[in-house]
Amino acid sequence: MPKISDIEGVTLAERFELSACLQCGRCTGGCPMSIRSPLNSRKFIYESLIREDGEALLEREEVWDCTSCRTCSSRCPRELDPAMVMRAVRTVKIEGGRIPKTLMDAMESSLKHGNPWGRSRMKRTAWTEGLSVNSIEEDKESRRLWFVGCTPAYDPRAMEMAKALARIFEVAEVDYTTLGSEEVCCGSEMLRAGEEGLFEELSEVNKENFAELEFDEVVATSPHCMNTFIADYGLKIPVTHYTQLLAALAVDGALPFGEEGEALKVAFHDPCYLGKQNSIYEAPREVLKAVPGVELVEFSRSRERSLCCEGGGGRMWIEGMGEGERNAQIRVRDAIDMGVDIIATACPFCLLTLEDAVKTTGSEGKLKILDIAEIVVNALDGNERSEG
Amino acid sequence: MSVSAPWALVVGAGVAGIQAALDLADAGTMVYLLERGDSIGGRMAQTDKTFPTLDCSSCTLTPRTVEVEAHPNVHLITRAELTGLTRRGSTFEAEISVRPRFVDMERCVSCGRCSEACRLAGKVVSEFDLGLGRVSAIGVPFPQAVPSTYAVDPAHCLMLRFGKCGKGPKCVEACDVDAISFEEEERVLRVEVGAVILATGYDLYDPADTAVGRPELGYRELPRVITNLEFERLSSASGPTQGKILVEGREPKRIIFIQCIGSRDRTTGAAYCSRVCCMVSLKQAVLSLEKIESVEATILYMDIRAFGKGYEEFMERAQRLGATLRRGAPSEIFEREEEVIVRVEDTLLGATEELMADLVVLAAGLRPGKGSEELALTVGISTEEDGFFKTPKRDPAGGLGDGIFIAGACGGPVDIPDAVASGSAAAGAALEFILGGDAE
Repeated sequence: MPKISDIEGVTLAERFELSACLQCGRCTGGCPMSIRSPLNSRKFIYESLIREDGEALLEREEVWDCTSCRTCSSRCPRELDPAMVMRAVRTVKIEGGRIPKTLMDAMESSLKHGNPWGRSRMKRTAWTEGLSVNSIEEDKESRRLWFVGCTPAYDPRAMEMAKALARIFEVAEVDYTTLGSEEVCCGSEMLRAGEEGLFEELSEVNKENFAELEFDEVVATSPHCMNTFIADYGLKIPVTHYTQLLAALAVDGALPFGEEGEALKVAFHDPCYLGKQNSIYEAPREVLKAVPGVELVEFSRSRERSLCCEGGGGRMWIEGMGEGERNAQIRVRDAIDMGVDIIATACPFCLLTLEDAVKTTGSEGKLKILDIAEIVVNALDGNERSEG
Repeated sequence: MSVSAPWALVVGAGVAGIQAALDLADAGTMVYLLERGDSIGGRMAQTDKTFPTLDCSSCTLTPRTVEVEAHPNVHLITRAELTGLTRRGSTFEAEISVRPRFVDMERCVSCGRCSEACRLAGKVVSEFDLGLGRVSAIGVPFPQAVPSTYAVDPAHCLMLRFGKCGKGPKCVEACDVDAISFEEEERVLRVEVGAVILATGYDLYDPADTAVGRPELGYRELPRVITNLEFERLSSASGPTQGKILVEGREPKRIIFIQCIGSRDRTTGAAYCSRVCCMVSLKQAVLSLEKIESVEATILYMDIRAFGKGYEEFMERAQRLGATLRRGAPSEIFEREEEVIVRVEDTLLGATEELMADLVVLAAGLRPGKGSEELALTVGISTEEDGFFKTPKRDPAGGLGDGIFIAGACGGPVDIPDAVASGSAAAGAALEFILGGDAE
């Protein structure tokens, strides 16, 4: 008998058909957190089916460890959705006010300032200073919207992604515009942290903007924004990731690379929201292969097996219970073993978690973490290589 | 029996089709036995040992393949497919396409000189050995092959592909009996038959399939990850390693068998249980323990299904011999520092672990044979949602009352004893249909 009731009075087991669970363990076996965290989706599902006291399950703090990478759901042989179970439990916890303080702050900031980083709306375009960036605020109209995203707009390190992309778009004469300081958080992380109401509010603002300005295409910097536009907004226009646009530009010969590139051994870290959740594996690799001098190598855990960096599902604002080596640290260690110069990624969260892992493992100077946009911009004709 | 009694047609000469053909022939019925491949015996011929008795598979099979080939009432045709079936009153007209072997069956003495002489000797990937061995563009798939006549592989032979082979085909030069002719052409036969038994068997699930594969298991990417059928070839004395279980030239000391690969998994298009893989893995674990000193053999399973006669006892034997059974279906396989890592939650411990292995054997499930769908259309029968031929619920072999009968794994996963039983059952039902006279 299913016991935990969710907010609509439908039990978890009923809502997610948990009685069909095989208890095979593939969800937990694939979970990037399961070795070092008490999080065990298989066991959680089992307990939700047999425990008399569903309330006890709601006390479990480990549900906050879920990175929403969805590996569990992709592996389930009965096509159940453990990741959604975790999200639903978070929602019930939030309803009861049981929410980590740091996440609460990010949510309040999203509501108040339109971004989870506690920064002012007016500062959203601060990164564009000194750059040529099209914006509707400067009457630069286009049917193609570049959705910059909160982290690339505000975080000093992730900002390099946005700057690099603006420069590439300028050089390649890409037709686009941005929403400038009108852009608000896409709400992806808030939804995955369990805050459905806040997501609704944020998404309504964006949807209205998109409709009013009659965009017929959205290109996102972050795979998380891209994914929520596809999976949760129900937009009727094409939504793509910037690596797809760059791959198309590379094929068209529209990226004027310098003739001789610096010889660099690069391993690509597949972001979960790009790869596992949207099957975009080739575009980022095509871009990297187009860069002169780049030798692309693969992690054993790449593509469908990519090791989640732990940055998703609101985890940028939740410390988590896990002990021991973080996945991003494992990733950095693996890359050093492989002798790579650069771990390339294509997501602001991966960029930040991996960069942090370089510091916490004392690996500065051994390798760099760069976004694909940064690698491309460094290789453009006449551009000095950045010091990274 | 009336002299004018019609022939029966058996499509597929695996163990089920052979059994059906022998039963019909022994009862006095004339039988056309069609085999798509070069030799008969089907999957059983690729198998090393059978469970639960650990009998040598080819020792059990070869007497039957030899008998059916030699049987005066059986007309065996290899490289043959059923391409048309038309009802004519109470009988059928069957259209059979026969691809050439390019070697005369009367003349060939199976001396093997052509195969040794072949310009591509040791360069052609062996289909029978599932890519584990290299052969020539002319030969027999294994020493006890029936028929023993050699055959040219048209996908590789230089003469057939390009019309020339160096200064002249070496096989022809080596053949003392002038058995080889590249002029032989495809033939179409039209025969009248009174009943048709389909026994076309199964294909193995491909874990690397682009549509329904499980790429996270690393199959075809990691050389130390193989399928259960590949293990059979490694373990078989007639296989590429003469029966030594070797991976990259070394004996594996840690072997992990993983159950339910492409079975009981909707995302792979198969919600059903393949029925044989649990016993196959238990058997392979026992073979490993017997062949390799101080080997660790671990089976990772969701449920062990040991339901047949003597099967549960075999499972106990495997356990007592040292096979370790751990409950949990692994989620992914990758490499770390030269080691193959299997990431699995042991569901009895509730703990996720990364197990190291020298060899991982994926217990790949059974799928309808390639071409089943077309064959169903040709014959005018329907398939189940999973692609296997539909069989009547209460009388699986009894056919659909129209002269068409199903035997073996083409009607759904079966093990060898069940395949043999269904071959006999289909033969009995077909015989009744033919002799009963009044077809509906």
